[in-house]
Amino acid sequence: MATTSEIRVEAAFEEFERPRWRVSGIWQFARRQPLGAAGGIIVIIMILAALFADVLAPYDPVANDFMAMSEAPSWTHPLGTDQFGRDLLSRIIYGARTALFVGFVAAFVGGTAGLILGVTSAYFGGLFDLVFQRVMDVFMAFPLVIMALAVVAILGKGTENVILAILIPFIPRCARVVRSSALSIREMPYVDAARALGYRHHRIILRHMIPNVTAPFLIMLTAFVGQAILLEASLSYLGLGVQEPTPAWGLMLQGGAEEYAESAPWMPIFPGIAISLAVFGFNLFGDAIRDTLDPRLRAR
Amino acid sequence: MALLEVEELQTHFFTSAGIVRAVDGVSYTVEEGETVAVVGESGCGKSVSALSILRLIPWPPGRIVGGSIRFMGRDLLGLSDAEIRQVRGRDIGMVFQEPMTSLNPVLTIGRQLTEPLEAHLDKNDQQARERALELLRLVGISDPQRRLGQYPHHLSGGMRQRVMIAMALACEPKLIIADEPTTALDVTIQAQILELMKDLTQRLGVALVIITHNLGVVARYADRVNVMYAGRIIETGSARDIYHDPRHPYTLALLRSVPRLDQPRRARLDPVEGQPPDLTRLDGGCPFRPRCRYAIQRCATDYPPLMETGPGHRSACWRKDDLEPPLRKAS
Repeated sequence: MATTSEIRVEAAFEEFERPRWRVSGIWQFARRQPLGAAGGIIVIIMILAALFADVLAPYDPVANDFMAMSEAPSWTHPLGTDQFGRDLLSRIIYGARTALFVGFVAAFVGGTAGLILGVTSAYFGGLFDLVFQRVMDVFMAFPLVIMALAVVAILGKGTENVILAILIPFIPRCARVVRSSALSIREMPYVDAARALGYRHHRIILRHMIPNVTAPFLIMLTAFVGQAILLEASLSYLGLGVQEPTPAWGLMLQGGAEEYAESAPWMPIFPGIAISLAVFGFNLFGDAIRDTLDPRLRAR
Repeated sequence: MALLEVEELQTHFFTSAGIVRAVDGVSYTVEEGETVAVVGESGCGKSVSALSILRLIPWPPGRIVGGSIRFMGRDLLGLSDAEIRQVRGRDIGMVFQEPMTSLNPVLTIGRQLTEPLEAHLDKNDQQARERALELLRLVGISDPQRRLGQYPHHLSGGMRQRVMIAMALACEPKLIIADEPTTALDVTIQAQILELMKDLTQRLGVALVIITHNLGVVARYADRVNVMYAGRIIETGSARDIYHDPRHPYTLALLRSVPRLDQPRRARLDPVEGQPPDLTRLDGGCPFRPRCRYAIQRCATDYPPLMETGPGHRSACWRKDDLEPPLRKAS
């Protein structure tokens, strides 16, 4: 039998490497990735605005006030009002709710579907993988907006359909990225070991392979949220997305840009800034997460 | 009835370069509680023959094309996919070569130990956890309570291999197949792991098939030894037979290529000259012929079958009775 002293030596060695990040992890992240932290702050502000819109918004976002139509920014209406007298600040705060809801649901559902399909495709390989990847190629061949337009054209308007339209093009994109990491995971001895332990396919895919591809998946997810917000704004702008009077940034931009861009520039400018900031924030945050999770890019 | 009976097993790989006959007619048996070593150099088919038992050869390109494998009387090759999954991990455990990569890096030790219990024995969390603690104690891991929550990267190579052994033992299998279990470990740890495996298999009455290229392992731990070359077993016998009275030139050459402490330091080491044969192009003769100093005319035309040379000792060589003893005087 192995002597206990030797085991103690092994145990002592292993004390050297303990998990280093706990509470100070966030602070370290902010110091190493200042841009990412800025993105993270934008994301957090958006989330807070969406959660506490009822408290934060000074006015009802859908209430018309015909005494104060197309008013320039002032102390009563910090960002001005639109042509129906609705307070722009309140609408932008409530708009964060729409944007985040559509963004998160579309990114999460589309990403998760892509994750499972991508790993499954890599796991089985062979003919299944080949056929599946060609189907994905077909989907990828459509530009994101065109694909989303087609889905809305077929299914009709409305928030649920917008989410569906946005998440469908995400599936092949996520599946493609995840599959490439899963292909190398499949060759790892621990997957063979899992097969040698007699696990079923779905157990190996869900429990053993998917946890190993979460890093690329999370990065895709943050990028998707930004893209989904932009897509939702684009579709709303084109009149195919969220419908009036729901407060949505793309809708506000469209309502303001067409007729009032010159006479009342605050109407398109502020929703435009909100969209840009949101996408910018998610992209910065996603990049920083990628750099932090990828040890090759991590500066020591 | 033997626990495991492998008969005329043939596993071939269908590649663009041709058919690789990785395992070409291998037969052996493993009795209950016995330790059998399969020895040979890289690419001789020893790992493939072991993976074939659990039908873990990936198709494409590999496929079991002939023979039979009987485990406790059941023909493993005839089982459905669901049935063979029940055998894997439950009746036959497997320990792999690379303890560094054979454990999933993102799952805790506890999770990986309890999972086979959940999958095969329907244990609940509490039972599985207790069994996991018991297993860790069994394989000599200190402070098992804490280990359950740790990840593989917290453990050293030796400890990971202990965890692998614990996983293989989890469902109380009848047989454990260990594919080069110590190759990736430090020499000092190798002995510990081998002692542990020997001790546990004896105590629990588990049979062990140990695949190795290390003859030192064979000498000390195996009851019986199968020496493989080019996809076939070329000599089989007790560890004592193989060591003191090898009856195949390849076994002899292997023994002479290993330094021995019981020999004078000036004793010369003989490497086995040449390369192992291309398994896509085997002719009808003995595949060891080009590297063999005993080769005769007949070796080129007839493949020698395994022939009895003593009780339980068989060799596939036409000149099995003409070989020199393995020990020579110092030059």
